[in-house]
Order: sequence, then C-alpha cells, then structure tokens
Amino acid sequence: MDITFDHVSFTYQAGTPFEGDGLKDVSATIKDGSYTAIIGHTGSGKSTLLQHLNALLKPTAGTVSIGDFQITSETSNKNLKPLRQKVGMVFQFAENQLFEQTVAKDIAFGPKNFGVPEDEALALAKRMVELVGLPQSVLEQSPFDLSGGQMRRVAIAGVLAMQPEVLVLDEPTAGLDPAGRAEMMAMFAKLHDTEHLTIVLVTHQMDDVADYADHVLVMAQGALIKQGTPREVFADTDWLRANSLGLPKTAAMAERLAQRGFHFDPLPLTAEELATQLLPQIGGGAHE
Amino acid sequence: MTPAIAVSHLNFHYPDADHPALQDVSFEVGAGEWVAIIGHNGSGKSTLAKNLNGLLAPDSGVVDIAGMTLAEETVWAIRAKVGIVFQNPDNQFVGATVADDVAFGLENRGIPRAEMLVRVQEALEAVEMSDFASREPARLSGGQKQRVAIAGIIAQRPDIIILDEATSMLDPAGRTEIIRLIQQLRATTQLTVLSITHDIDEAAKADRVILLNDGQIKTTGTPAEIFAYGPELLALGLDVPYPEKLKAALTARGVAMPQTYLDEEGLVAYLWTLHSTM
Repeated sequence: MDITFDHVSFTYQAGTPFEGDGLKDVSATIKDGSYTAIIGHTGSGKSTLLQHLNALLKPTAGTVSIGDFQITSETSNKNLKPLRQKVGMVFQFAENQLFEQTVAKDIAFGPKNFGVPEDEALALAKRMVELVGLPQSVLEQSPFDLSGGQMRRVAIAGVLAMQPEVLVLDEPTAGLDPAGRAEMMAMFAKLHDTEHLTIVLVTHQMDDVADYADHVLVMAQGALIKQGTPREVFADTDWLRANSLGLPKTAAMAERLAQRGFHFDPLPLTAEELATQLLPQIGGGAHE
Repeated sequence: MTPAIAVSHLNFHYPDADHPALQDVSFEVGAGEWVAIIGHNGSGKSTLAKNLNGLLAPDSGVVDIAGMTLAEETVWAIRAKVGIVFQNPDNQFVGATVADDVAFGLENRGIPRAEMLVRVQEALEAVEMSDFASREPARLSGGQKQRVAIAGIIAQRPDIIILDEATSMLDPAGRTEIIRLIQQLRATTQLTVLSITHDIDEAAKADRVILLNDGQIKTTGTPAEIFAYGPELLALGLDVPYPEKLKAALTARGVAMPQTYLDEEGLVAYLWTLHSTM
C-alpha cells in the first residue's frame, strides 16, 4: 500500500490570526514495503506530516492517497476507520498510553474496538507479545509492573494487534538505554523483513537512518527539502551542516579522515563500510 | 579538603524486589569535580541519586555530603546543598512563568523577596534564558525546559548538582546545549557535578566515571580508562564511543590497533601514521 502526497499543504488554525504553516506543497511517495526515515529538527513539520499518514490531519490543499483512500480537505471523518486500522501509529513515549489491568487486555483493546471477538483478540495479544520479544508470562501482569522498555514494547504490541500494513514510529527509542535502543531497532528491522510491514520512522538518530532506512525524507520549515537513499542524502555534508542536520558518526569520521588525505567512494555510512574502505589505504589486508 | 560526596558501604533494597538495588557502594566525589555514573537501565543509578539527598533512606551505610552525615536531622540542610535535575522536563514545572518556576524553590526556603528577584535573574542569566522569564514553561523546547530546571536549582546556590539522566529525553541539539551549559557553569562556579547517564558523549566530558552494574560499582576511572574497556561496555548494556567501534571493525579485519582509548583526533592521527608508513 503506497502512501502518496500530491502537493499537500496544511495550515494550522486557518482563517484565524493564529494561522501558521504546517506543511508547504509537499509531494512524496512512501512506497509499499519501504523503510522510510523522516528527519528534520524540532518544528520542521515532521509530526504534521506524520499525522497525515492516517488522516488524523487532513490537508488544507492537495491530496494524500493512502492505498485506495483519497484524503483531501473535503474528506469527511466518516468511514476512516478501516484506514486507521491499516496505518498503525506509535507515538513518542507510547508507554504513557497503557491503561488496562493486564498486558493481555491492553493489547486486545484495539482489535476489540474494531469488532474482533474477545477470545480472538486475546489470542492476537499472545502472538503480538511474542512478536515484540516479550515472554508469555507478561500477559497476565499489570503493564505498570514492567520496565520502561518493556512497557513500550507492550504499547507497540497493541498497535501491531490491529494488524496494520504500515507502522509509523515517532522517535521510538527516545529515553531508552543503549542496549534497549539497539534491541528496539532490531525488532523493527525484523518486523520490516519478516512481517513485510512498511516502516515510517521519525528520528533524530542519523546512525539509525544510515543503518536501517532505504529512503529518507528531509523536512525543514514545513517543506520537503530533500529526499533520496541515505547515501544520497548524507553525501552532501556541507548541505547537511548548512541545514543544521547531523551526520551519521561514520560519515563525520570519514569526512575528518578525508581532510587528512584519505579517499572514500562512495561515502561510507557504517563503521563496517568505513573499515573496509580504509583497509587498502593503511596497508592492511594486502596479503588476503 | 572535605569531599563534596562521600558514600561508604551503602546498601539499599526495595521492599518487594528480589535483588538489592545497591550493594556495598563506596565512592568519593571531590569538591568541584565532575563525576559521571554510567550503567544500563535498572543498574541502580537513580536509586543511588535518591539516596544522596534523602529521598530514599539506605538499609545500611553512610552518606556524607559536604562533611555532614545524612540523617533525619540533617536532611533539610543537605537538600539545600544538593539539587537534582530529573529526566523528564515536563514533570518538574510548577510555575506559570519561567521566572515563577525558578522562584518556587526560593519561596519554599523563605528567601526575602528582594533577594529572590536578584537570584532568579542571575540564575536565568547563567542558563541564558533571561529573555524567556515571562514565558510559559510548557511552550519551551525540551532543552530550554531543562535549562530552566537547572536555573531553579542554581538559584538555590547548591554545592552539588545531580543530573539524573537529564539529557536522555532531549534531541541531539538539546543534549549538546545542556552539556555545554554544565561546562560553562563549572568554568565560573565551584559546582560539583554528578551526572547519571547512559549517554557516552556526556560521560566523556566528566573528570571521572563510575561504572555501576547490577547495584555494584564495577570500576572507576577517567573516561579514557573506562572507554578502553571497549566491547565489554557493550556487554554491560552500554554504548562505546565511536572510535572504539571503528577500532573493533578494523581489528576484525586484521589491523593491529592500540589497546588504549583513542578519541576521534587520536584515531585519525594513528590511521594517518599507518597510511604514511605503508
């Protein structure tokens, strides 16, 4: 299911003295099965863009096509339910949305709202707990007795229980420790690879973009200012700096090495790629 | 000189927990020193912070703050000396404006109004937030909120500031902003800083690092000494600085790399030497 933005603009509080631009003439496609990263600093329009992915916001001008749905300023809020099932949203600090007495009930809450019978919803909860890498024993526990990282997994399981085709993640690793972050990112990669979910990731972590995404949208002041593969987007380091965007650590290191006289082509994005390109330049691996 | 913080043989156990949260923890922090305590989630870092100003009372062991032993009689005097900045910027605001919020702690301590106004202004200047004095805290960015929280603490002129994962919910710009602020404050005051963190870049700025694992001190050293543990840090649920990652990738490809910790500049220089002697 592709999601296409066709000349989408969005104005906050249109027609009032407080009106402000949220999105300005954005055209882009999030391809079915892709792992798309959205980057840009705070206030760049990332969250506004995100809320258009399942019609939480509707464009002031232009059209958002989500599979068979066409969302314009005229679209009524009726009949959007199937769309919301197809696009699962994991908001920042998603664990704050947990509320039920047990993990199983919390995960089953969404599907039940969509008319899934209780026993089926609980069976789904069981599967989803496994999918997010938690033991079955948590099902009957209170979600509030779990660690922060585990709570967030339960919240994600609740979104997955709706069986969406697209999983939208807003800063999903914020506040987790390094091990928790790495596990969480590995889990999304697995959902992308084995469950064939389309992933849309909003993040400030350029290393995660380099490691996982296949397509990147760069937002600034409500406009889409660049898009491409991570390698294309990160290639122009001067441009990134001019737009106060960070570089993946490897790219920054490669740049320092290049200033010293090393050569890299293409720009390495991971430590492994950088090591491989360095090898012939430092006399290593010559005997292999 | 009396250390700012002296902890000896501290033990703490949460009532319903299977394992102790802190086991025989002893360390000292010198006045004016910046010490980072690192460890994965659940390693006991925050429990330790709460034991330092009497939010939690240890099962056994002694905590001395600026020469005073923490006890029921001294807890208020000690809290005047130790300020804590917590993780979530949204959970520590009470004032309707930035200035009110900074004044809150002073009002609680009965500081006369005239002095309070001076202190609030000085504190906001120190964190570069004077222009925001009459703004609503809720409308600030995460980095700005934490700066206001820090202003609320320095207005009380504490000897010690504890940053309890104070940068972990901020974006990279906000994080850099706070670390830079702490460096500035340290350059102009005698503030002792204890930063509890799992951000390796924050720990790198400290004078000394204490590595906590499962409630026990695993090791203590300068950032360079701690980072030289490399992959072992990963096994403890921590991150390693980027140069260590690249070193590991090169070592795996058969390149002889030094055992000591190299920062980015050091690593660039080392690699260039290899290139030049090829």
